[in-house]
Formats: sequence, C-alpha cells, structure tokens
Amino acid sequence: MPEADRALRLAVEARDLVRSFAGRRAVDGVSFALAGGECLAVFGPNGAGKTTLLRMLAGLLKPTAGSASIGGVSLPGGPEVRAAVGLISHASMLYAALTARENVELAARMYGVRESRRAALAALERMRVADRAETPVRALSRGLQQRVSVARAMVHEPDVVLLDEPFTGLDAAGAAALSDVLVELRSHGAALVLVTHNIDEGLSLATHAAIMQSGRFVRVEEREGLDAASYAASYRELVS
Amino acid sequence: MREARPLSLAAAALLIARKDLAIEFRTRTAFFSAVVFALLGIVIFYFAWDPTAVATIDLAPGVLWVIFTFAGLLGLHRSFGIELADRAIDGLLGAPIPREAIYLGKALANLVFVGAVEAIAIPAVALFYNMPFGGQGLAIVAIALLATIGLVAVGTLFSAMAVNTHLAELLLPMLSLPFFVPVVMPAAQATARLLAGRPVAEVASWIRILVAFDIAFVVACMLAFPFTLEE
Repeated sequence: MPEADRALRLAVEARDLVRSFAGRRAVDGVSFALAGGECLAVFGPNGAGKTTLLRMLAGLLKPTAGSASIGGVSLPGGPEVRAAVGLISHASMLYAALTARENVELAARMYGVRESRRAALAALERMRVADRAETPVRALSRGLQQRVSVARAMVHEPDVVLLDEPFTGLDAAGAAALSDVLVELRSHGAALVLVTHNIDEGLSLATHAAIMQSGRFVRVEEREGLDAASYAASYRELVS
Repeated sequence: MREARPLSLAAAALLIARKDLAIEFRTRTAFFSAVVFALLGIVIFYFAWDPTAVATIDLAPGVLWVIFTFAGLLGLHRSFGIELADRAIDGLLGAPIPREAIYLGKALANLVFVGAVEAIAIPAVALFYNMPFGGQGLAIVAIALLATIGLVAVGTLFSAMAVNTHLAELLLPMLSLPFFVPVVMPAAQATARLLAGRPVAEVASWIRILVAFDIAFVVACMLAFPFTLEE
C-alpha cells in the first residue's frame, strides 16, 4: 500500500506511549501505526507490558505519557471511539449467570446493533458455539466460554480488534473458527493488534510483527519476508 | 463496522439495570441473604427489647431503619462485585455508553433490590411489633422510597470505589454509613411521627429534607462516578 494512502487510512496509532505503575514503567515509549486491514502481532514474555498496551488502546487505562488514537480520534475519546473497538482479553468479560446468547446480545445492545438477538446468534454461529446459545456461561467449559467471549467482542464487527492471547484455552475447532473470523475481519478492513506468545499463530495472521520486552518494542518489522523458524529462534534469543 | 444506533443514557441505564436484576433473579444469593438478615435482625431486636422500658412506638422506627440500612449494604456490595468476576466491568467500560449510564443502571437495580427487601421487612416489623401501619401505609411507603433513593445513590458510588480494594466488605460501610445519616435521620423521624398517629402534614418538613438530599446525592454521585473508574 502506498505510504500516502496508508497514512490516510490509519486505524490505530500510538506515539511514545508510556504507562507507569507505582513508578515502574510497564509500557515505556511504544510507537506504531496500523492501517485498516493490517495486523500487528506483538510477542513478548510475561510482564513485558503487552496487556497494559492493549488496555490503553482499548481506552481502559490512561497513558502516563504519550498519546494514541483510533481512527484519528485521540484516546480515551468518547463512545464513538469505543464503538469502533473490540477487545478480547485474558478474562472472558462474561456474566456466569446469563446464557451465552444473553451475554452476546447484551453486548450487541450496548453497541446499539440493530436486530441484536439475530446478530448475537450469528456471532455465536461464526464461533461454532450456537448449539450452546441457551446454556448458562457457568455451565460451559473454559474453551467454550472463550468462544462466547470472542463472539461477544466481535458482535458489532469492530474496525479495530485488540486481542490478548485469544487462542488460549481454545481447542482446534475453536482456534480455526477464531482464525476464520479474524481473517474475515481483516479482509473487511479491520485492523488487528494481536498479543501472543505463540510465534506461529501470530505470524500466520500478521502483516507486522513486534517483540516487546520491559515495556519497549525492541524489534518491529513487516511480516513479509520473515521466516517463522528463524524469527522464533531470534525471539528466544532476545527474551532469554 | 456494523450499522449501529447509539443508546441514550436512559436506554443504557435500563439495559444495565435489567441485566443486574436478571443475574440476581437467577442466583438470588444476595436477596435471600438480605431478607434473612432483615428478618433475623427484627427477631433479635424483638427479643432484646424490654416492653416495660421502651414503648413499641418508640422502638419500631429505629429498628426499621437500622435493618434497612444494613440489609441494603448487602445488596450494594454485590452491585459491583458481580462485575469483578471475569472482568465483566471491562465489557461495560469498553462499550459506547455514557459512564453515567452504568451508575444509573446499577442504582436503579439497587433500588429495586432494597425496595424488595423493604417490602418483606415492613410487614414483618408490623407483625412483630403490632404496629398500626395500615392507616399511614402509603405515606410510610413513600418515605421508604425516598430514603431508599438516597441510600442507593450514595451506596452505589461507594460500592464502585470499594470493590477494587482488598477490604471492600469493610470499606463500603465505613464510607457509606456517614452519608446515610442525613437520609436515615429524617426517614426515621417521619416514620416515628406517622406511627404515633400524627398527620402527614406534620412530617412534610422531613420529607422535604429527604427530597433535597435525594436530588443532591443522585446528581453529585452521578457526576463523581466516572472518576471512580479511572485506573
């Protein structure tokens, strides 16, 4: 994509983002930019600051310094920015007493999606968990809860999807369903920021890859031309 | 992005209130705890009371409002507690709804919760203390409603503040109870006068105080609420 076109279509941009907790910098000057249809895979060890970075991009944490924008609007922004974002995190963000359908429909209604029940059932169908739509979440296995959680995050078809270890807990069918959904979202112009430990899964979806360590991006590059095996080897070397 | 229609403040608040009430209806844990607490409290006060020393008419209003205050705290604690499991609160905060809608929705659900406890506790007090609620029933229900609005307005805010702390069970009453005083005092005074057979006109000034505190607490707490969520 020509640089001028890309700059016009920037979906996510972070400039020198910093977030400190009790004086310790969890995220320390991270910058990157993603256009619609692009995917940044962020790899890094535990405690590298990946989740903190995603929470800032989701508007759930205020940066200590620096700035970020979604669709050209500075964060934290208002409801219009939050409407464009979908977040999948470690936690399912589901209510255990409600059914899978009720949880996804609740999200659809909060996002103002028309025909929210139909949209919720369609999202559950895409994650291949529609047959458990009327089952309370507390009665679902961890993997099925994760599928419902993905359906919940995708029901409004966000322009920017933030994913924190989304494949954790998913079986092969769930992982395939999630990959299909993410590929489809990308093809429709959504930008993805994918945080993962799994190099193969990350690189299979990414257009850009970054390694995060001690709050910083220590290596950022385009996916094209990267060899997964040698990238994995250099990742291990960097973080060991 | 899918075509969407942003929710109004009122629609978002109703959605959250319905969600909270649906969860409570399914689990019923907090409601049953609060009702059992209220009934046990009424029974304990009844047996601890010396009828030769204190007249029923003097004791019952105090019992009623002490019970409501502490039973209400059980529901208020649960209000944001249900959002902590699996970080459901992130789902609310990430949604394109006004932060104030979260507060109003929670407060509305708490109002129904505490109101339902009161609907059981008031007849129980009438039964145990042989109180003549009948004649002034509507006025007492109106005072209970006004006082409950004040209690849940403050309690919902402090529930949001306390829930992320390690001492939430202790912090919520410590923060809330001082602010409950300006609501409980006029409510108890008005209830006592009505139970003593005084006309409604005589408690009008207490009712005005209740209304004033309700308005002040609802507005101030709604404005303060978004700041309690910032990390």
